[in-house]
Amino acid sequence: MTSLLNNLRECFPEQIRAVEETASGQFTVLLNGPDATAMARHLMSGYQARLVTVFAEDRVQVEGVFYLYYVFDRPGDPSWLILKASVAAENPTFPSLAAEFPAVNWQEREIQDWFGLEAVGHPNPRRVALHDNWPDVHPLRKDFPLDTVLPPFEGERHVYRPAHGEGVFHIPVGPVHAGIIEPGHFDFAVAGEPILYLQLRMFYTHKGTEKLFENLPIQRAVFLAESISGDSAFSHGTAFCRAIEQASGIEVPARAQFQRTILLELERIVNHISDAGAIANDVGFVIANAHAGRVREILLGLCETLTGSRMLRGMVAPGGVRRDWQRTQVEAIEKTLKVVQREFRDLVAMLQSSNSTRERLQRTGILRAEKASMLGVVGVAGRASGVDLDLRRDHPYEAYRHLPFRVPVYQAGDVRHRLLVRIDEVSESIQMVRAAVTQLPDGPHRAPTQPIPPDRCAIGAVEGWRGEIVHWVHTGYGNCLERCKVKDPSLNNWPAIVEAVEGNIIADFPVINKSFNLSYSGTDR
Amino acid sequence: MFKILQKSISIGTVTAEYPRVAPHLAEQFRGRLEFDFAAWSDARPAADVCPTGAIAIHDCDGVRQVTVDYGRCIFCGECEQASADGAVRMTKQFELAVTDRRDLVITAEYALQADGHHGELLSFSSGPIAEEPGKRIEAAIHKLLGRSLAIRQVDAGSCNGCEQEIVALNNPVHDIERFGIRFVASPRHADMLLVTGPVTRNMELALRKTWAATPDPKVVVAVGACGISGGIFGTNYASLGGVDAVIPVDVYIPGCPPRPEALLHGILLALGLVRQRMGTHPRG
Repeated sequence: MTSLLNNLRECFPEQIRAVEETASGQFTVLLNGPDATAMARHLMSGYQARLVTVFAEDRVQVEGVFYLYYVFDRPGDPSWLILKASVAAENPTFPSLAAEFPAVNWQEREIQDWFGLEAVGHPNPRRVALHDNWPDVHPLRKDFPLDTVLPPFEGERHVYRPAHGEGVFHIPVGPVHAGIIEPGHFDFAVAGEPILYLQLRMFYTHKGTEKLFENLPIQRAVFLAESISGDSAFSHGTAFCRAIEQASGIEVPARAQFQRTILLELERIVNHISDAGAIANDVGFVIANAHAGRVREILLGLCETLTGSRMLRGMVAPGGVRRDWQRTQVEAIEKTLKVVQREFRDLVAMLQSSNSTRERLQRTGILRAEKASMLGVVGVAGRASGVDLDLRRDHPYEAYRHLPFRVPVYQAGDVRHRLLVRIDEVSESIQMVRAAVTQLPDGPHRAPTQPIPPDRCAIGAVEGWRGEIVHWVHTGYGNCLERCKVKDPSLNNWPAIVEAVEGNIIADFPVINKSFNLSYSGTDR
Repeated sequence: MFKILQKSISIGTVTAEYPRVAPHLAEQFRGRLEFDFAAWSDARPAADVCPTGAIAIHDCDGVRQVTVDYGRCIFCGECEQASADGAVRMTKQFELAVTDRRDLVITAEYALQADGHHGELLSFSSGPIAEEPGKRIEAAIHKLLGRSLAIRQVDAGSCNGCEQEIVALNNPVHDIERFGIRFVASPRHADMLLVTGPVTRNMELALRKTWAATPDPKVVVAVGACGISGGIFGTNYASLGGVDAVIPVDVYIPGCPPRPEALLHGILLALGLVRQRMGTHPRG
């Protein structure tokens, strides 16, 4: 990182105002002015850096400016690099990167919606987060109160790109879907059975989460983090706590690091197994789903034994975990995993024994590797399409540096390979949990509570079962937050579904969608 | 094919017998909190740590009013940890569904001492928590039942935690179809809407339309702290709060999320209402 920072100082002497290690292994480069694009291009082309997330913060009342943050990482370096650009309140614009780096397309539009900063040169500057029927408000500005009452709903005015031609028509679906899934609107343009293109409309479940973070004391905000995406409650909770710990220099005791790791991996195992069942279900292999549901229940029983909650809620806390484990609880892990491993092996054999299932999954919903890396796809979907990223290996945290594991990566990018990534990861995770149990140290499960110092910024990042979860916090006075940015892996992966469904038959959409299994709530917040 | 059959036969029946038989709950499971109001010397530490305002205090003219709202509770257990006097105790009780929102709220009034501690317990009011145990409901319904209920689930803004447990109702362990209950794809086929929340501004219209599309007689069940009250999200610029802020609700199921047996309990309670209404609303 030092040589990279020196290189930036040499190449951009005029632009850099200051460089600071804002948290351990997190380097912030403060720029003069709003334009980070030249430096971003330099980092991405010269250093293979990856633009992880882009977001904004309103500091107008305190410093007279908005800040833009561009978070980067790069292969082989566990540290984070953050470019911090300032946008004057009098001229609320910034140059867009979305035309060159489609990964930030939605994120820049979120900045437009939330803060009223215009992304100049954006290829599609329409609203994304606020629906078209919203008045002209910018909810993450500090002068917008959380409890603002907006005029009542007047109906959807979003205009979808029309499809023309003989036999070409639209199929609008949602926001209320046929299954038990979250709300979103899909507009399919189809020519007979094949899908010409899909247009998405998300943010139906937007519930003001990032604004709410600024209005809750930190100890309560942990529970809000658990409610960003209920299927990733522990991962989001941990990412948030890690951000707080990084910002305030809290050392998490070794025992708690192992406990967290075990629970993070259990969350992965539970969700991957239920996804394997759900993918089978969507191609009519109902019995496999029934077995997956049964195995899932066994695991949820273990989750309840370890945390008091089947969904692993109410366990993680800044400084460690809320509850320690007795010996019987720890023994339950090994006992359960023994059963789960056997059952999972049978489930995989069942899935692989069915030729008709294989036929439906192979070459269905292909996301090509170059598209995946262009769109910044992360997690399971990325690893099935050649994107070799895993925060557990690339930015080791908690106990991961003590646990050997393999990161499965495939190139084919179809539904079958997204399933294979999950199958491989379940096997790895079972081994990791076992290894973690044997190494589980004694000692405290939580660092003593201490006040959180104000005006510190830090990233907390966790490889959730779906992909990388990034929280960024700016601490305020009185144990409160100035800002909390949440990036769920779903955000970058939705546009990848649009790519993956093109040319597939409409009847395969459910299984393609399920193979990504993205969180609507995590996207919409 | 033969192997699949063999596997299924070797596993045997895994379906739980709730409500006839109490479910197996982990010792650590966090259910309803019990308050010993007479012994509670100070509600402030509990109210301070409560993430959703389920425990609230209001001091006025030397009287402290303490409100406990199970419709807001996310069962985190922080109040138990914070209350040094042992007056707050976690139980494993999960059958918490009620038909009247007010039944989820307990109010206690104390004379207020100068140091902020509680004095004498002046008054105490509470609705029947756990309206009826699932066992009794099931027996009653069994007599009335044509053994068919169609549910349309609506996510009106949930974090998807409740959806996880609702999906689990369809797995072989909880197997809701054993009651003749099934989830349907369209509100036009439904007797019941099972709604999770908070209701977001962006889902309000969709929820109203779904409700309008459901034929009478219908019942609406609000699921989880967020579906009942908005939960940790409360009401804000993007959230309208609980489901009953938008459409009438017949049954409330507390939890974060409610475990599958808790959902079943609430759904069976609502099923009783459907049967009652069937008598007065002939379909056709």
